[in-house]
Amino acid sequence: MPRPDRRVVLSSIAAALAASPLGAQAAVIEGGMPWTADRAAPPPKIDPIGWRYFTSDEAAAVEALVDRLIPPDPETPGGKDCGCAVFIDRQLAGPYGSAEALYMKGPFHDGTPQQGTQSADPPAVHYRKALAALDKHSQDTLHKKFAELSDEQKDGIIHDLESGKVTLGGKPMAFFQQILKDTQQGFFADPVYGGNRGMASWKMVGFPGARYDYSDWIDRHNERYPHPPVSIADHPDWNG
Amino acid sequence: MARKLPAKDVVIVGLGWTGAILAHELAQEGLDIVAIERGPWRDTATDFSPAYAQDELRYRIRHELFLRPAQTSLTFRNNRSQTALPVREWGAFMLGNGVGGGGLHWNAETWRFLPSDFSLRSHLTQRYGAGAIPDDMTIQDWGVTYDELEPHYDKFEYLCGTSGTAGNLKGVIQSGGNPFEGPRGRPYPTPAQKQGYGHALFGKGAAELGYKPFPQPSGNLSQAYTNPLGVEMGPCTYCGFCEWFGCANYSKASPQTTILPVLLRHKNFTARTECEVTKILLDKEGRHATGVTFVDTSGTEWEQPAELVILSAFQLFNVQLLLLSGVGKRYDPLTGEGQIGRNFSHQTVSTAYGFFDNKKFNFNPFAASGAIGMCVDEFNGDNFDHGGKGFVGGGYLGQVQTNGRPIETTALPKGTPLWGLKWKEAMRDNYLSTINAGSACHGSCYSYKTNHLDLDPTYVDRFGRPLVRMTMDFHDNELKMSAYLTDRYAEILKAMGAREVVKKPRKGPYDVTDYQTSHLCGGAIMGTSPQNSALNRYLQSWDVPNLFVQGATAFPQNAGYNPTDTVGALAYWSAQAIRSQYLKHPGPLVDA
Repeated sequence: MPRPDRRVVLSSIAAALAASPLGAQAAVIEGGMPWTADRAAPPPKIDPIGWRYFTSDEAAAVEALVDRLIPPDPETPGGKDCGCAVFIDRQLAGPYGSAEALYMKGPFHDGTPQQGTQSADPPAVHYRKALAALDKHSQDTLHKKFAELSDEQKDGIIHDLESGKVTLGGKPMAFFQQILKDTQQGFFADPVYGGNRGMASWKMVGFPGARYDYSDWIDRHNERYPHPPVSIADHPDWNG
Repeated sequence: MARKLPAKDVVIVGLGWTGAILAHELAQEGLDIVAIERGPWRDTATDFSPAYAQDELRYRIRHELFLRPAQTSLTFRNNRSQTALPVREWGAFMLGNGVGGGGLHWNAETWRFLPSDFSLRSHLTQRYGAGAIPDDMTIQDWGVTYDELEPHYDKFEYLCGTSGTAGNLKGVIQSGGNPFEGPRGRPYPTPAQKQGYGHALFGKGAAELGYKPFPQPSGNLSQAYTNPLGVEMGPCTYCGFCEWFGCANYSKASPQTTILPVLLRHKNFTARTECEVTKILLDKEGRHATGVTFVDTSGTEWEQPAELVILSAFQLFNVQLLLLSGVGKRYDPLTGEGQIGRNFSHQTVSTAYGFFDNKKFNFNPFAASGAIGMCVDEFNGDNFDHGGKGFVGGGYLGQVQTNGRPIETTALPKGTPLWGLKWKEAMRDNYLSTINAGSACHGSCYSYKTNHLDLDPTYVDRFGRPLVRMTMDFHDNELKMSAYLTDRYAEILKAMGAREVVKKPRKGPYDVTDYQTSHLCGGAIMGTSPQNSALNRYLQSWDVPNLFVQGATAFPQNAGYNPTDTVGALAYWSAQAIRSQYLKHPGPLVDA
């Protein structure tokens, strides 16, 4: 790689009156490759204690939901113990929950399935409305909050959400699809985000995680990769 | 009122592959050049750390490296009877943002198009008669030939260090390569990448069926390489975090890893980042571009005067700028008149999942590269007799599985529930023993009268400018082709020993939520006259001769390959014409 010219000029061309969506500023770059230390920072590791977005009732319902979508089995914990509800809570408290990155200008109209989601509600609002409707539906039909139902009763309601029989006031199947996607993402994402505790899902399927070099393994055909998974923020050996 | 900057010789709109190539070529002519890029500067050492680049949620799911729809988007409808609605989150394709453009987040599949792809309408008419081409299909010849582009393909591949096995050297077919490819002047710069078990097994199964499998040409390098500019790249480590990610190993060809370090040493080159070009400025007659306006992050609008304007943004935004600036005549799908927005195309991708006995097969799907894989080309373009098939076009077939990232590696046998214990068990039992290549059948997408781009009447971007409106649907030709390719692919999976094969042919209507590829094409196509194209064979605007429009925007239709090698070749071809002809005699390079 050629050595960059040291006379790098990197200057803001105007005062910062309005930040860009990425928070970066317009820049003039000339004379060599610019260098900005730690431009892309590693993700902060979330603190798993408490809730950042959900109320305690909402949290109880979501923990119940994720533990039926991904139930525990003798080898691998379920969605609740894997931290899927914590993952969803932290995601909803951040830019994902507010749909900060999405095109949210109106007017809002329902379109065809091929035109994609047209909801004016960002995910955090969607959860708030749907979870309230879920507990109400559960109380109305089974006289208990969703989290207090038996596994069989919970599964029955989830099947009704999946089929569109129960809508929770939104578009049919919308909340089922939303929470299923978010739960599975929490289950399989790096544990740094609060789900997939202990890399449980990666151990379950055989994914070695945040490794970056399989040069020695690419042509060892039909051999099981022998090393345990590692995460961005965790390694089995680090914790003794 | 825009504040006026000192004039430049050249203004380049967008600093991805084509912007970087044009800037580097024209900088060698001593021209004073500025490239204006909407997104941020990014580079390997500062932005892609091997300690945390392999983050599926951050980069693949939350799209950290991409344009945010909040910044700008497009609207979409299948046909004119529908109201187009905004694409609120990305789905069918991904739009890059920032220095490097699509060249940063691509998988680096580096394919040449077939010689017959460049003369598509004449070739098909000659072989099958004009009746074989549906009436509403608007495919046409490119106005440039494979032989003319060959040296420029070569230049781009040697810039990138592409790893592959030649199939045709100066007309002599080579064993182990693609026997259908056009003749190449010399071998690939580096040997083909290694193949994983699933990829190699596909090659074996395909050979048993009588096909001629070969390794996919890859811009993830098999070995260290120093390109002709003196920039060094490292060998790929098969990390499985390629497309949607930046490469922390200097192994994936990108503007950053091949050209920018040299370009930035030119004292006559300047890049402006986080600045969005809002308009191409024309003189009173509309026949000469005088520069561009852009807006920086403070909201200040600037005018950048220039003698030569190179449009090298992503396909959609090239077309949007042409429409907003009044370059040329807007296409009218009812009359067929006008060129800007015409012949929009994408890709027709399909796949089949192969489920194997997990006691006998272990594919380690996580060990892979972006452009790994074994492919066959028997069913691409016009490599096979289309007589009686009921369609034209085709695509390569390949076990081109690029990763085992678990959020997206969720293909499960038929009948598996979407959740619950049975889902969990199926994930556990199939992850290591399933072939699941997203773009296994990489089909062509030909152009039609009705598929086009214009400006939306309702929805606007953050500056209040109309969004591009995409009117797009699949036609029977593409759906029949997809079914045919998917059947052939499924046969190979069976030959590999799959116990269950689930076919996923492409179905209509075109769905903007379902990821295919980011290969959007057309809208300002190249051709032989102003009556059939927006650009001449050198990518020069027929209407505004000091404006050149780069990229897949110029493709009259899309072939059954990934487009980047052709985009790079066209950029070098266009740059050569500017350097050797235009700069000596500024004006039209082809008489209208």
